[in-house]
Amino acid sequence: MKILGTTVILAFREIRRHLMRSFLTTLGIVIGVAAVVTMVTLGNGATAAVQQQISSLGANILQIRPGQGFGRGGGGPRPPDFDMADVEAIREQIEGVRAVAPQAQTTATAVRNASNWQTTVTGTTSDFFIAQQWTLQGGRMFTPAEEAAGKSVCVIGNTVRRNLFQGDNPVGERVRIGDVSCDVIGVLQARGQGGFQDQDDVVIAPIKMVQRRFTGNRDIRTITVAVDDDYDNATVQSSIQDLLRERRRIGPGEQDNFNIFDTRQISETLSGTTQILTMVMGAVAAVSLLVGGIGIMNIMLVSVTERTREIGIRLAIGAVGSEVLLQFLVEAVVLACLGGIIGLVIALVATLIVAPIIQVPFIFDPQINLLAFFFSAAIGVVFGYFPARRAASLNPIDALRHE
Amino acid sequence: MAEPIIQLRGVTKTFGTGPAAFQALKGVDLDIEAGDFVAVMGPSGSGKSTMMNILGCLDVPTAGTFRFKGVHVEQLDRDQRALLRRRYLGFVFQGFNLLARTSALENVELPLLYRGEDKKMRREAAMAALDKVGLLQWWDHTPAELSGGQQQRVAIARALVTNPEVLLADEPTGNLDTERSFEIMELLSGLNRDSGITILMVTHEPDMAAFARTIIHFKDGLVERIDTSHRQGMVPEKVS
Repeated sequence: MKILGTTVILAFREIRRHLMRSFLTTLGIVIGVAAVVTMVTLGNGATAAVQQQISSLGANILQIRPGQGFGRGGGGPRPPDFDMADVEAIREQIEGVRAVAPQAQTTATAVRNASNWQTTVTGTTSDFFIAQQWTLQGGRMFTPAEEAAGKSVCVIGNTVRRNLFQGDNPVGERVRIGDVSCDVIGVLQARGQGGFQDQDDVVIAPIKMVQRRFTGNRDIRTITVAVDDDYDNATVQSSIQDLLRERRRIGPGEQDNFNIFDTRQISETLSGTTQILTMVMGAVAAVSLLVGGIGIMNIMLVSVTERTREIGIRLAIGAVGSEVLLQFLVEAVVLACLGGIIGLVIALVATLIVAPIIQVPFIFDPQINLLAFFFSAAIGVVFGYFPARRAASLNPIDALRHE
Repeated sequence: MAEPIIQLRGVTKTFGTGPAAFQALKGVDLDIEAGDFVAVMGPSGSGKSTMMNILGCLDVPTAGTFRFKGVHVEQLDRDQRALLRRRYLGFVFQGFNLLARTSALENVELPLLYRGEDKKMRREAAMAALDKVGLLQWWDHTPAELSGGQQQRVAIARALVTNPEVLLADEPTGNLDTERSFEIMELLSGLNRDSGITILMVTHEPDMAAFARTIIHFKDGLVERIDTSHRQGMVPEKVS
């Protein structure tokens, strides 16, 4: 232990004596650590950003649509939409369902005074707000009575409010949507860009009104199901699947003519993808860390040759081989650690600057910082050992004679 | 009479093998008493440097025995010899061999660092050693800021700081002018006289060898002649 203390003193003296050389020796580690930590930190930020966007679509919800997969499936007749009976069946027969919101959608132009705005009109029930965990900025949601009667009331999204009302309070005002005159009873809390579209560009109205006045039928294009937190999405999903197969009279062996979309699954897939990307970028950066280690070994080897005489002196005045070995090893490790610390500081500054530019949140991850630091220390040990052993095995007589 | 501090019996040293082998020492028998001041002289290639390396425990004989304070050095391994050097020996070289860009104080402290002494003790002992060689006020100078004579004094202080029993000096005045050489020799013989430290010195110059009590002449790997005419400790007059 005493030897270690001594060699640490010697190592620091040596580094202080050759500041420039020491800095150049460790430059590779500095760059390597900075690269790895910057990449991983930004990658984690990107993953978090993706997850946050997806969760803003509504956490833990299943979306049921007719057709197979994303498209409408191959040729053949278009599979039938759902109806209100399907919605009621899911609500009553499936366990673990917190809210079931039918949706009928159309696009229409909303007009108020001289302003008009092309938007999406979603007809649904008040369960929609529960499923989407959407709160109101002002006003109220529609009542069961308004829902049952299909009254001409609507809740508007923030984008619609901004375009039609500017700074005015829209609650209690009237807008014309398509041919229908509608009372604005509430304004949705702004959500911003979610997934691939502006979620705030929406007008929400009772489904009966939308079906009667816009789509002209009783079809339901989408059913959104919010799963209770105590239940497993997959279980709920498969019982809904069984129920709908039965209701839609799909025989055994036949393919579903509807699909159930688990947002949690997409969220997991997408964040999985960004995580893999992060790992790949981190691995590429780790190669530069390795190259940095080789740089340390290179300069340490040169330094052993350059300092042969010094090693001879140390051996002659009574240094044991292991002390010389330890000194060079400690020098390499101290250099690598200092390089690691400088690299971490650079990474911190770089991520703080870059994160806002590429619009990902800055997330300080102590784990990757510690990992990069210990990895650089380990590189010091591995790449410092060979030159150190060479120094320790020098013959003092030859070393002293070395010019 | 006490046992000699150094006792060589039939020491040979061969470099290389086969037809290219070269025998630098051809069976040296030698006793050196504690407290002696020995000068080793001889032409180049006479084996005196090889002898010094063996006496300094830097090298081991090919055959024969070397007992240092009764210990068979030829049986020790590398590290054990290093510990022996650390404990009992001090070295002064022709080329001074100080660590560059390192203050005189830190240079002198170095052997104590390897002994694991604490900082306070190191500093005190190193300052005392620098005082002994008359360089107290130069303690914070690096070798580049010191003259050759001063550098050699720092080297002597470094050799003395551990209170060694034997000081080995390999042509300590070889790189110095006459005046500095005499100063160094006076310093060494003073140490020998006052502290009783055993000094072994290799030199070419008869003027410098004259400071010693015993002069060993080497020739062709063997001790040719031992001159003890200065045993009474008469320090010759300075030739100017």
